[in-house]
Amino acid sequence: MDNIQLLLQAPVFSVQLLVDGVLVGAIFVLAAYGMALVWGVMNIINVAQGELVILGGYVTWTLFTFGVHPLAGIPVSAAVLFFVGWGMYRAVVFRLVERDLFVSLLATFGISILLQQLMNHNLVFGPDIHSADPGLGSLLLLGGDIVIANIKLAAFAMALAVAAALAVFMKRSRAGRAIRATAQNNRAARLMGVDTDRVYALTFALNAALCGAAGALVVMVWVIHPFIGIIYTVRSFMIVVVAGIGNVAGVAAAGLGLGAAENFAGFILGAEFQAAFVFTLLVVILLWRSFRLGRRRQVLR
Amino acid sequence: MSALLRVSEVSKSFGGVTANRALSLSVDAGAIAGLIGPNGSGKTTLFNCIVGRHPVDSGSVVFDGREIRHRTVPQIARLGLLRTFQQTRVYGAMDCVQNMQISAPQRDAENARQKLFRKVPAAVTEKAESLLEFAGLYEKRRLRAGELSFGQQKLLEFAMALMNEPKMLLLDEPTAGINPTLINGIMERLLRANAELGITLLVIEHNMRVIMNLAQHIYCLAHGSLLAAGTPQEVREDPRVLSAYLGAQ
Amino acid sequence: MTAARAAGYAALVAVAVAAPFVLPQYQSQLALLWVMVVLALSWDIVGGQMGYNSFGNIVFFGIGVYATAVVQRDLFFDIDEYAHAAGGVASQLAPLEYLGGLALGLVLGALLAVLAAAVLGAGILRLRGHYFAICTLGLGIAMGEIAGGTDYIGAGSGLVTPLFPELLGERNRFFYFYFMLLAFTCFGVLGAVYRCRFGLALNAIRDNEDKAEAMGLRTTRYKTIAWCLSAVFLALAGGAYGNFIGFVDPVDTAFAGPTLGVWMILMAIMGGRGTLWGPVLGAMIFHVSREFLWTYLLGWDRMILGLLTVLIVLFLPLGILGWLRGRTAGRAAAAGVKPSAAESRPSSSTSQPPLSESQP
Repeated sequence: MDNIQLLLQAPVFSVQLLVDGVLVGAIFVLAAYGMALVWGVMNIINVAQGELVILGGYVTWTLFTFGVHPLAGIPVSAAVLFFVGWGMYRAVVFRLVERDLFVSLLATFGISILLQQLMNHNLVFGPDIHSADPGLGSLLLLGGDIVIANIKLAAFAMALAVAAALAVFMKRSRAGRAIRATAQNNRAARLMGVDTDRVYALTFALNAALCGAAGALVVMVWVIHPFIGIIYTVRSFMIVVVAGIGNVAGVAAAGLGLGAAENFAGFILGAEFQAAFVFTLLVVILLWRSFRLGRRRQVLR
Repeated sequence: MSALLRVSEVSKSFGGVTANRALSLSVDAGAIAGLIGPNGSGKTTLFNCIVGRHPVDSGSVVFDGREIRHRTVPQIARLGLLRTFQQTRVYGAMDCVQNMQISAPQRDAENARQKLFRKVPAAVTEKAESLLEFAGLYEKRRLRAGELSFGQQKLLEFAMALMNEPKMLLLDEPTAGINPTLINGIMERLLRANAELGITLLVIEHNMRVIMNLAQHIYCLAHGSLLAAGTPQEVREDPRVLSAYLGAQ
Repeated sequence: MTAARAAGYAALVAVAVAAPFVLPQYQSQLALLWVMVVLALSWDIVGGQMGYNSFGNIVFFGIGVYATAVVQRDLFFDIDEYAHAAGGVASQLAPLEYLGGLALGLVLGALLAVLAAAVLGAGILRLRGHYFAICTLGLGIAMGEIAGGTDYIGAGSGLVTPLFPELLGERNRFFYFYFMLLAFTCFGVLGAVYRCRFGLALNAIRDNEDKAEAMGLRTTRYKTIAWCLSAVFLALAGGAYGNFIGFVDPVDTAFAGPTLGVWMILMAIMGGRGTLWGPVLGAMIFHVSREFLWTYLLGWDRMILGLLTVLIVLFLPLGILGWLRGRTAGRAAAAGVKPSAAESRPSSSTSQPPLSESQP
C-alpha cells in the first residue's frame, strides 16, 4: 500500500489519475450506450459486446498498417461494424428476440467465443498484440506535473460527439423514434405500422457501430488482442446496471466514474490487478444492488 | 370468535401513487370474507402487503396473534398464510403429483432439514392424489402442469395450497377467466375447503354472484381506500358501492 | 431397481473398468472423459435442475486445483528450496507422502470450495436471470486474474505438482480410476438426491421461484446447498486434475473459463439439461468427438465450439434427451392419448357486467 502514501504525499498524482481515467472512461461509455440500447429495445444482453469493440479496433489497425491515420479509422470502423452488426442480426440475433433469457445469453456467449477465435486465427488477425499510435503527442499541464496524451483528449471529444449525434438521431429522426417506440411497447409499435424486425436490425447495427467507434479509440489509446473483449462486455454491463437502462446521462457519469476508479485501482493495487479489480467490482456492484433491493423485498432480475 | 387476520391502517404507495390508504380489515378464524372493488382499487396490492411481497409503508398486519409486517414471503407462508395468484403460477415442467408433493407443509425447520434428503413419503403422495381427485385433476396427475388449461391450472394451484394445510388462504380472483360451467365447481370446492378443512378464506372476486354466495362479510375498496364493509346484503345495497362500479351519477 | 437395469449398470461398470486395459493408448483421454462427466453433471445441478445459468462454476474447480497443489507443496517442501529447484528434483515423493498430500489437498480443497460456495452463494444466489449469469461470469474471470497475480500460489507462472511416484504404477491409470470413481459417485449421489424432496425443490425453483417462495419453501437454503454440492464435486475433480496435468496455470488449468468452463455448460445442454443422463451423454459425445475429430480441424476447433454453442442453443435447446422425450411425447399425443383440453378454457362469454345480479 505504498502507493496510497505516494498519492497522499503528491496530490498532483491523483489529479493525473483522475483526468486520465475520466478521459478514457468516455470510451467505455460508447460501448455501454450500445449495450443499453440493445438491452432496452430487444431485451437481449449482448455478451459479444466486447468482441465487437475489439473487431472495431482491428479494422482501424488494418487501415493503419496501410498507412491510413487512425483517427480516420473511427468512421470506417463504425461503418464496417454497422454492417457486421446488421449481418449478425440477420444471421443469428433475430432468432433471440423474445426467446427466453437462457437462449439469448448463451447464444451471444457462443458468438463471443466464435469472434474471439476467428480473430485469433492466424489466417485472420492472429494472436499478437496490436496498437495504432496516432502520434499526437502530449499536453503538459501545471508546469509539466500532469501529462495528458492528446489522443485521450481526442478520444474523449470523439466519444462525446458520437454520443451526442446518437442522442439527436434518437430524438429527431424517424428511425430513432421508431426505435424508442419499440422499446416502450413493441406490440403497440407493430400495430402502428412500425416494422419492428427492421428496428431491431437497425438497433443492433447501431450498437455494433458504437462498439466499432469505441474499438478504434481503444486501439489508439491502449492495445488490442483477440481475447481482451470480455472486459469491455463486463464494463458495459456494470455501467448500465449502475445507471439504469434508459438513463443516458447516468450511463455517461457511470462510465467516466468507472474509468477513474479503474485508474486509481490499477495504480494502488498494481497494474496486474486492474482487470481483477474490474471483474471483482462487477460482483460487488451486483451484490450491493441486490442487497439494497432486498431491503425493499425486491429481487434484481 | 377472534380475528385470525387483522390488518390495521395499512398504507402503501408506489412512487407518488397511493395504492392502499390506511386500510383496516379483519377476518375471523373459520370465516369466508370477500374483497371487491373496481380495477385498480388496490385489492391485489393489499394481498401483496399482507403476504410480505411488498413492504408496508405504515400500519400493522397481525396474523394468528403475531405481527408479520416485517417477515418475508416464505416465513409468512410457513405460518400458514398462503395466497394464490391472479395469473396462475404452477411449476410448469413438473407433473401435477410433483407439484403437489413439493407443496407439502414443512413448518418445523428441524423436520424440513431431515426430510430434505429423503424420498417423498407414501402418505404424502397419497394425500396429493386424493386432493387432486378433490380438485378434479386425478386423471391428469401425470401431465406436466404447464400442459393444463388455464382453469385446470387454477384448480391445481388451489389444490397445492390445500396440500400445504394453511390456516388461511388468500385467493386472487379464483374464477376469473374460467368457463362459467366450471365456476360452480370452484365455488363448491371453496366452501368444502372452508367447512371440512377449516381453512379461513379471503377472496378477491369480480363475479358478484360468486362472492355474494360465498362470503359472510365483504369489504369494498375504491381508489385504495375502504369504501364499504358489511354483509353481502348491506354491501350490495350500499349506494357508494354502486356508484364506484357504475360511475358517479 | 429392476434386474434388467441392474444388469445394465453392471455392464457399464465392467466396460469402464476394462477400458484402460483394452485401450491403453487412450488411457489419458479416457481419464479426461470422466472429468468431463463430472463437470457436466455438477454444472447441471445448478444450471439444469435449478435453472440458474452459472458461467462461473469453474471457480470451484480452480479452488480445488490450487488448494491441492498448495497443500502438496507446503506439506513437504521448504518454500525457498522449492523456488530454487523450480519444481525439479525436489518434488520426488515417497508413495505414502504423495497419497497423503493428495488426499489432504483434495479434502481441504473440497472444504474450501464448499465454504466459498456458501459465502458467495449467500449473496450471488439472490440475483436472478441476466444478473446472476453475468455476475458468475465476472466471478470466474476475477478469480483467474487474482490467481494470476498472487505470488504465494505462483502467480502467472503457475505451480508444478509433485511427480507421480513410480512405485504407485502408471500415473494415467491411477487417475483414470480416481476420475472414474468420482464420476460414478457423482452420478450416484445426484441420482439419489434428485429423487428426494430436495430434487423437487430445485425443480420448483427452476419453474417458478416466486411461487416456491409463496408456498413457504426455503429457497435460499436449497439454492446454497445445490451450489455447495456442485462445488464439492468440482473441487474433487480439480484437485486431481492439477496433478494429472502436472502443472497448474491460473487460466489454462485452474480457472479455465474459456475451455472447461464453457465445455461444462455446452455438454450439459447438448445432452439435455435438467436430466440425470443428459450431462453424461453430452460429455461422452462432446469429448469423444473432440478427441477424434477436432484434431483434423487444425486450429479452427475452438471456433467450431462457439458455432456449436450458438447452433445447439438455437436449435436443440432441450438437448438430445429433451428432444427424444419431446418426440416420444409427440408420438403418444398422435396416438390419441392427448389430454382433453375441453374441460375448462378461458371463455369469452363470461364477461357479465359486475353487480349484474344485484341490480334492483
